[in-house]
Amino acid sequence: MKKLVSIAMMVWGTLSVASVGLADTQAVSDINLRKGVTDISGQVYDLHMLMFLICVIIAVVVFGVMFVSMYLHRKSRGVKPAKFHESVKVEVAWTIVPFLILIFMAVPAANTLIAMEDTSEPDLTVLVTGSQWKWHYRYMDSDVSYYSLLATQREQISNRYEKGENYLLEVDRPLVIPTDQKVRFLITSDDVIHSWWVPDFAVKKDANPGFINEAWTKVNEPGLYRGQCAELCGKDHGFMPIVVVAKEPAEFDAWMSEQEEAQRKAKEAEQRLLAMNMSMDELMAEGKKVYNATCAACHMPNGEGLPGTFPALKGSKIALEDMQGHLDIVVNGKTGTAMQAFGKMLSLKELAAVITYERNAWGNDTGEIVQPKDVDAFNKGQ
Amino acid sequence: MTKATDLPSHGADVTADHENHHDEHEHHIPKGVMRWILTTNHKDIGTLYLWFSFIMFLTGGAMAMVIRAELFQPGLQIVEPDFFNQMTTVHGLIMVFGAVMPAFVGLANWLVPMMIGAPDMALPRMNNWSFWILPFAFTILLASLFTEGGGPNFGWTFYAPLSTTYSNDSTALFVFSVHIMGISSIMGAINVIVTIFNMRAPGMTWMKMPLFVWTWLITAFLLIAVMPVLAGAVTMVLTDKFFGTSFFDAAGGGDPVMFQHIFWFFGHPEVYIMILPAFGIISHIVPTFARKPLFGYASMVYATASIALLSFVVWAHHMFTTGMPVYMEMFFMFATMLISVPTGVKVFNWVATMWRGSMTFEVPMLFALAFIVLFTIGGLSGLMLAITPVDFQYHDTYFVVAHFHYVLVTGAIFSIMAAVYYWLPKWTGKMFNVGLAKAHFWCSLISVNVLFFPMHFVGLAGMPRRIPDYSLQFADYNQWISIGGFAFGLSQLIFLVVVIQACRKQGEPVSDRVWEGANGLEWEIPSPAPYHTFETPPVVK
Repeated sequence: MKKLVSIAMMVWGTLSVASVGLADTQAVSDINLRKGVTDISGQVYDLHMLMFLICVIIAVVVFGVMFVSMYLHRKSRGVKPAKFHESVKVEVAWTIVPFLILIFMAVPAANTLIAMEDTSEPDLTVLVTGSQWKWHYRYMDSDVSYYSLLATQREQISNRYEKGENYLLEVDRPLVIPTDQKVRFLITSDDVIHSWWVPDFAVKKDANPGFINEAWTKVNEPGLYRGQCAELCGKDHGFMPIVVVAKEPAEFDAWMSEQEEAQRKAKEAEQRLLAMNMSMDELMAEGKKVYNATCAACHMPNGEGLPGTFPALKGSKIALEDMQGHLDIVVNGKTGTAMQAFGKMLSLKELAAVITYERNAWGNDTGEIVQPKDVDAFNKGQ
Repeated sequence: MTKATDLPSHGADVTADHENHHDEHEHHIPKGVMRWILTTNHKDIGTLYLWFSFIMFLTGGAMAMVIRAELFQPGLQIVEPDFFNQMTTVHGLIMVFGAVMPAFVGLANWLVPMMIGAPDMALPRMNNWSFWILPFAFTILLASLFTEGGGPNFGWTFYAPLSTTYSNDSTALFVFSVHIMGISSIMGAINVIVTIFNMRAPGMTWMKMPLFVWTWLITAFLLIAVMPVLAGAVTMVLTDKFFGTSFFDAAGGGDPVMFQHIFWFFGHPEVYIMILPAFGIISHIVPTFARKPLFGYASMVYATASIALLSFVVWAHHMFTTGMPVYMEMFFMFATMLISVPTGVKVFNWVATMWRGSMTFEVPMLFALAFIVLFTIGGLSGLMLAITPVDFQYHDTYFVVAHFHYVLVTGAIFSIMAAVYYWLPKWTGKMFNVGLAKAHFWCSLISVNVLFFPMHFVGLAGMPRRIPDYSLQFADYNQWISIGGFAFGLSQLIFLVVVIQACRKQGEPVSDRVWEGANGLEWEIPSPAPYHTFETPPVVK
């Protein structure tokens, strides 16, 4: 029995070391860090593999000695125990040798770290703002800015539809950056702490409310790269992915002018909108879309909220009576709570639609219509 | 009556009275539940702590089962994300403050007086108090799960402002319960320190103290140093949320990252609070079953002290992604790497103790050997995590979850199980059910690795921690992890059966020494250990 035990322990030990060894093969990328698409991410990968290799060697040596001892020095083999219990020489040796190994590790680590933290002289700067539970990107050198939301349908999450290939890793509008240029990210948050992480760039930086962090990347290959929020940020922390598309510089410039044009047109359309009225049906349809994308995460698709955490809108005083209060809380948010100021996130049309929707959905039958120009008037009045 | 005649008889009466009283005390322990509520006996209180810890271990484990059931496959099946977050939070809090720490305090209560030849802990009434406030702390914490809006959902690390501006109202309950846990820990630590400083038997000099006593003494100093910091952190969370302060709110001049500095200044020494007593336990078990004295006793003591000191200057390695200046990142990287030197010394010493010993593999030794291997795996992944540039990739992924479960489950908890199997026959006077105990070991060993080893893989492949749902590439491994989790959870029911049988005094009677190679004062007294031991201090040569 005792022999069996020790053999089993040895087999198990070898197996666990062998399964660690598997992680070394790049063929199965499911179980190891990605090499990524930047010089830095390549260095990080190499450093990871170096560390991993050193750790495996240490483990094999230490466990090897231990298992050999467990096999040889058993009472059942009739071994009489030795008496030794100290040796200054040995103790000094196994203090100094690990120390030297550490220095060997520390040098390349420090070099890579210094390179990673050098955000100077960027070609392009993007302001990345996290909020519950979406990302916002603003190109600092132009007017272009937009939100990037999870694009996976709720029905997939609740298992009513089959899950797509990029389940939970797809967004409606990815961040677009040029390849071969140094892109600097300024990272901050509107509410709690988030963390912007794209594994293929080896960039992970916390988005701290009220402070701005810096990171940078220089992507070598055009492509589409996926990441996720990496800091617990509340209920839907698992549902705010990041997608970055890297384009050749010429393509990127073309894309950028397209965006600038589109942004300008949208503003013009908004101005035109102020002169006309939208119908109840139009507003309700648009409002439902905006509500489900923006508000339903907290106030729930049925408007009932989460008791004790997020207030209900169904039957609430603000949604039924206080029109000015309703406009105010949606446009300006409520300080000290999770309710954000949506005035800067949504267009006048979207704001009007969502407020109309909230006043007329789920049995909130006020029949009141809020037009884009009403929102505009409210904005100008404050 | 004159004073002259009075005094001697009075004196004699006092002695006689004292003896009578003493006898009564021996034979009339209050019965039933009052015995446990009023007890000031270190063995009773040790038992209370250990049972409390076991109940909490099963409670926290049940929450882990909920987590693993939800993560069994992609999509949301069983719980809502908000409740999932409450489960991860309360699972962490219960395992850290309810399972691991009270288990070590329970072992200290049972063992420290017996190991140093003291009749009891130095402050027996405080000892009773420090235990009996714990059930209230955890009742409050668990009750918060049933409040409107639910319990704490911001992770056991309760980062602001998620735990302040954006948390639910039960945060006040969370804060209050953490305060009570902290007070309990501080009182327990004071008791251990006072006992060890004042009540060692004649001849028990510092460098003759058993290692469990040494590691606990150092742990107790860590507790006294950092529990008040935790109390400060939760108090600031409380005032930020309810009384309009802005410690962690930039809008009022505060800083959310400052919260993390304060929390981890507590949190990192806390990690060592949960592992140093484990080092002590393993240093008792390995020599016993190798039938050879511990290799490098003095270096073990110095290594423990170095780890404790270093633990105060490494906290920000939990925060590399928060955006620190590069020189600070380097300082914390180097300091963290340095910790592997004294930790390595300990592992090497254990292996050297086994070398040319005469080993047998009883249940405590099996757990101790598994501890050495699996804790070392956790230590090595910790060394990888110390390297800042790669930590950017590992941070907040399942690689970290794998790492700290290797050091806390196969580290701290395996050492607690080893300790229970090692000293249980001394406590009950009967050998536990060896067959079942071996089944418990093998089931735990296999399932715990199916549970935690694949977490390294999904972590490296990019799965963030604390998410209730994940993308499809992680599905296969998560299924394995969940199966391992359920199996590990069920395996602990075997442990429960073994312990209940032992408490009901089933099994073969054991000798005073119990294990052939055991050494130390606790093995000199009868088995089961009498209710009062070492009323006359032994002399240690």
